[in-house]
Amino acid sequence: MAATASALGQLAALPAPRHYEDNPATRDRAWVKWGVIGVSLAFFAGFLLLPLATVFIEALRRGWSVYLAAIVEPDALAAVRLTVLAAAVALPLNLVFGVAAAWAVAKFEFRGKQFLISLIDLPFSVSPVVAGLVYVLIFGAQGWFGTWFIDNDLKVVFAVPGIVLATVFVTVPFIARELIPLMQAQGKEEEEAAIVLGASGWQTFRHVTLPNIRWGLLYGVVLCNARAMGEFGAVSVVSGHIRGLTNTMPLQIEILYNEYQFAAAFAVASLLALLALLTLVLKTFIEWRAALAAREQREEEAQ
Amino acid sequence: MATLAHKPFRVLPGFRLTLGYTLLYLSLLVLIPLSAVFIKTASGGWEHFWNSISSPRVLASFGLSFGASLAAAAINSVFGLLLAWSLVRYRFPGRKLVDSLVDLPFALPTAVAGIALTAIYAPKGWIGSLAASHDIRIAFTPWGVLIALIFIGLPFVVRTVQPVLEDLEVELEEAAASLGAARWQIFRHVIFPTLLPALLTGFALAFARAVGEYGSVIFIAGNIPLVSEIAPLMIVTKLEQFDYAGATSIAAVMLVVSFVLLLIINSLQAWSARRIGRSA
Repeated sequence: MAATASALGQLAALPAPRHYEDNPATRDRAWVKWGVIGVSLAFFAGFLLLPLATVFIEALRRGWSVYLAAIVEPDALAAVRLTVLAAAVALPLNLVFGVAAAWAVAKFEFRGKQFLISLIDLPFSVSPVVAGLVYVLIFGAQGWFGTWFIDNDLKVVFAVPGIVLATVFVTVPFIARELIPLMQAQGKEEEEAAIVLGASGWQTFRHVTLPNIRWGLLYGVVLCNARAMGEFGAVSVVSGHIRGLTNTMPLQIEILYNEYQFAAAFAVASLLALLALLTLVLKTFIEWRAALAAREQREEEAQ
Repeated sequence: MATLAHKPFRVLPGFRLTLGYTLLYLSLLVLIPLSAVFIKTASGGWEHFWNSISSPRVLASFGLSFGASLAAAAINSVFGLLLAWSLVRYRFPGRKLVDSLVDLPFALPTAVAGIALTAIYAPKGWIGSLAASHDIRIAFTPWGVLIALIFIGLPFVVRTVQPVLEDLEVELEEAAASLGAARWQIFRHVIFPTLLPALLTGFALAFARAVGEYGSVIFIAGNIPLVSEIAPLMIVTKLEQFDYAGATSIAAVMLVVSFVLLLIINSLQAWSARRIGRSA
C-alpha cells in the first residue's frame, strides 16, 4: 500500500506532549486523558503485544533443548538459507531500482510523473497471492513460456527462481517510496552546483546526493529486508512446498504448524519475531539519527 | 534538429538512463506479469469468468473478505485515532516504546502473526478458552478473520493520522478556546474536520491491505467453505486443483478492486494534503 506515510520525510521539529498538556487551550481533563490512554493501550496490548509475547512463550514452552533442536534441524536451516538468499537478491535489485526511480522522479520534471509514482506503489496494493499467481501464469507448465523453460531444464515455478522473483515483486516499492519524498524535499540545487563546478554525474551522486539520502536509504533497506524475509502469500503460491529445497522460513512455519509440531513452528517463528524486533530497533535508531542530522543542518543554516 | 530547440535544458545528467531503467524494471517485474492475469482471464471467455466468480463458494469468500475488511478498518479507525491521539498529546510512561512498537504488524511476518493469533484465540488458547466457557468460538470462524485483519491494519491508521495531528496548529484550538468553545466542541468542530481526510486515508489503506491479506488470516480462519474462506484463499485453492482459469478470474476481480482502491487512496491523500495546506 501507499503504506506508512513515509516517516523520515516528515521528521520536522515535533512538539513534545508537554507542549499540549501545559497549554490550557489544548489540555484535556485528567479523566479524558487517562480514559483515552487506557482504552488505546488496552487495544494496543491486546492486539499487538499479546501475539508477540505468545510467539516466545509458545516457542519455549517445551524448554530450551526442544527449542534449539527445532532451529538446528536441517530443514529449518535450509529454510533460513533460502530466506537469506531471497532477501540477498531482492535487496540490491530494489536498491538500484529505488535510487534510479527516485533520481528520475525527484530531479526532473516530466509528464505522467504522478502516474509513475502510483505504478511504483502498485505491488503494495496487490494481494500477495495474486503476486505469486502471476509468475505461475507466466512460468508455470500452462504458462506463456511453460514448455520452453521445461524443455531447457530450467525450473522457475516450484523452484528457487520463482521464490526469488515473488520476493522481488512484493518488495519493489520499499526503497523507492522512502527516497522519492526525501529527494524531492532536498531539491536539486546542490547537485546542479556540483555539475556546474565540473563534477561528473557519478561523482555528484557519490559525494553530494548519497550523503544527503543515506539515512533514508538505510531506512528503506531495513523495511525492504523485513518484508523480503517475512513474505508468505506470494512465495507460498510459487514454492510448491518442497522441504529442504523450496521452503522459506515462513513456509517452514506453516508446514510445522499444520503437522501439529507447534513448539518447532513457534521456534522458527521466534527467529522471525526477533528479526521484526531488530527491524523496529533499527528503524527507531535511524529516525533518531535522521532527526539529529536534520536539526544540525537547520542550525548550520541559521548561523 | 528542430526538436532540439524544444527540449528542456537539463543541468543534471541521467534522466534518460534512470527513467528508462525505472520503466523497464517496472514493466518486466510488475506490469507485464500483472497483465498476464487479464490476458488469461480474457482468453477463458466471459462465460467461464462469470461462472468462476459467481459460484456460491467464491461469492461467500468475497462477502467475507470485503465485510471483515470493512469492519476491521472501521474498528482500527476508532482505536487508531485514540492511539495516535495518546501518542501525540499525552505524557505517559512507555510512550516512546509504544510508538516504536506500533509498526510491529509491518515488521512481523504474517505467518508468525497468524499462528500466534491462532494460539491465543483457539478453543484451548488463553482468550479462546475464556470465550469457549461462554460458548463463543473465535478462531476458525469469521470472528477470527476479523481479529487477524484488525492486527495487520492498525498501524496504517495510526501512521496516517499521527503526522497530521502533530502538524495541527495549536493556535486554532487556542482561538476556539478563547471564544468560549468547550474542549469537546473544539474536537468536534476544529480538530476532527482537519483529521478527517487523514483518517479516511488510513481507513482506505487498512481496508486495501486487509482485502488482499493472506498469511495472518489462513491459520485462524479455519477455512471452512462458505463460512470462513477468504478470497485470496480461493485463488490458492483453485490453483491447487489446477483450475488456472478459475484462480485467474478471482485474481482479476481482486486486481480491479486494488486499482480502484489505489485511485481512491491517491485522491484522498491529495485531498488531505490540500486540507492541511489550507489550514497551515
